[in-house]
Amino acid sequence: MAIVQDFIIIGGGAAGLAAAQYAARANLSALVIEEMAHGGQALLIDKLENYPGILTEVDGYSWSEAMHRQAESFGAAFMASSVLSIVKQGEVFLVETSDGPLQARTVLLATGAKHRHAGIPGEETFAGRGVSYCATCDGPFFKGKPIVVVGGGDAACDEAMFLAKLASRVTMVHRKDRFRAQKALAARVLGNPAISVRWTSTIDEISGDKAVRQVKLRNLESGAVETLETAAVFVFVGSEPQTAALPAGVDCDESGYVVTNQRMETSLPGLFAAGDIRTTPFRQVITAVADGAVAAHCAAQYIDELQGKAYH
Amino acid sequence: MSNALAVTSASFEAEVEKSTIPVLVDFWAEWCMPCRVIGPHLDELAKTYAGKIKVVKVNVDNEPNLAGRFDIISIPTLIVFKNGQLARQKVGGLPKHEIENLFKDLI
Ligand SMILES: Cc1cc2nc3c(=O)[nH]c(=O)nc-3n(C[C@H](O)[C@H](O)[C@H](O)COP(=O)(O)OP(=O)(O)OC[C@H]3O[C@@H](n4cnc5c(N)ncnc54)[C@H](O)[C@@H]3O)c2cc1C
Repeated sequence: MAIVQDFIIIGGGAAGLAAAQYAARANLSALVIEEMAHGGQALLIDKLENYPGILTEVDGYSWSEAMHRQAESFGAAFMASSVLSIVKQGEVFLVETSDGPLQARTVLLATGAKHRHAGIPGEETFAGRGVSYCATCDGPFFKGKPIVVVGGGDAACDEAMFLAKLASRVTMVHRKDRFRAQKALAARVLGNPAISVRWTSTIDEISGDKAVRQVKLRNLESGAVETLETAAVFVFVGSEPQTAALPAGVDCDESGYVVTNQRMETSLPGLFAAGDIRTTPFRQVITAVADGAVAAHCAAQYIDELQGKAYH
Repeated sequence: MSNALAVTSASFEAEVEKSTIPVLVDFWAEWCMPCRVIGPHLDELAKTYAGKIKVVKVNVDNEPNLAGRFDIISIPTLIVFKNGQLARQKVGGLPKHEIENLFKDLI
């Protein structure tokens, strides 16, 4: 309890691991607290192919492993625990974890985001019984069976491509008349003969017995309703920031994402935020990593200021 | 995936249903990333609670009958059995302390 860390990083995803590496190299004592596994959402990426400088196909798991080892080799420390709360007392942060309290001069919130639920009637009832939020986790259970995918962003298109390799057919249901996904990805989905798209449509209800059997589709333009047989509904309708540990009163936007300036500083001095948790126009591995680097750099400057050692 | 004992249809009754202490069963598969993620959590819990709870795993690819019997179509699924009865069931990757909360009051 007596030890005050320079920099506690909450969340060991792309943003947190990059921050750990940069902080360790800036000679800060840096501790990453991660409750699940290093890599975060990146662990779920089947093929990471848009990260600059990586030409050969790499899966998110190997990439995360390498980042973890890199940060460790520069001297960052790691702890497996859940952060429950962050409180600032004077100039020190008290970080409460499921394994006891810790102290730090600066804290980085890099807790990322989680999939959002679509709020379709039947979605909760059939969660784990055909309703899924992870194609690489549950897709193989539906080999040779029809699958419905809800959404039209990057994740929905990515996952539909993956599922198309397994399913007898994939039907994408999207409320707009075109995809929000990056153009190259959207084009691949549209060119895939195993995927058909229901534009300007929503699902009114997911139903079945022990498991999902069908969905009720509604065309938003014509109002026509039809029943489609399916074995599974994969939902990819965006994400929600993981802000459970955020101190009260820190500025957030209307969707709950944490607002920062370009130094990744939140409205609470000494508390930084990086990656998917932050208000930002683009949520990717490369942007999370960049945020983490900026946050570590600016945290080091902040500590220098605190100690009157700033380089002016 | 965890280093727990692998249970099959043949050993399920002896290892799980007839166990004298509660059993945490991890339904997993090679291709499931969150299953890999909770593996170390399960190994640590098995050590911490040695003698109080038994941790075993079922590979759903090798044991479709067991997976079918418990209607598993999403993994990881964790099931806690006490006195041969299904006491808790939870789908998805969880932090260690939440896995702990699944069985703590049953031991
Ligand atoms: C299926 C899928 C495919 C994707 N494909 C691509 C792609 O091809 N290219 C690309 O660039 N991007 C892709 N993305 C997006 C990219 O993965 C994310 O933008 C990026 O990984 C976010 O990193 P992060 O560090 O901000 O957050 P996360 O990766 O969400 O990490 C946050 C971490 O914090 C931990 N945590 C949360 N709360 C606590 C707490 N209280 N205590 C301790 N730990 C906590 C979590 O366990 C998690 O590990 C994809 C995302 C998904 C889901």
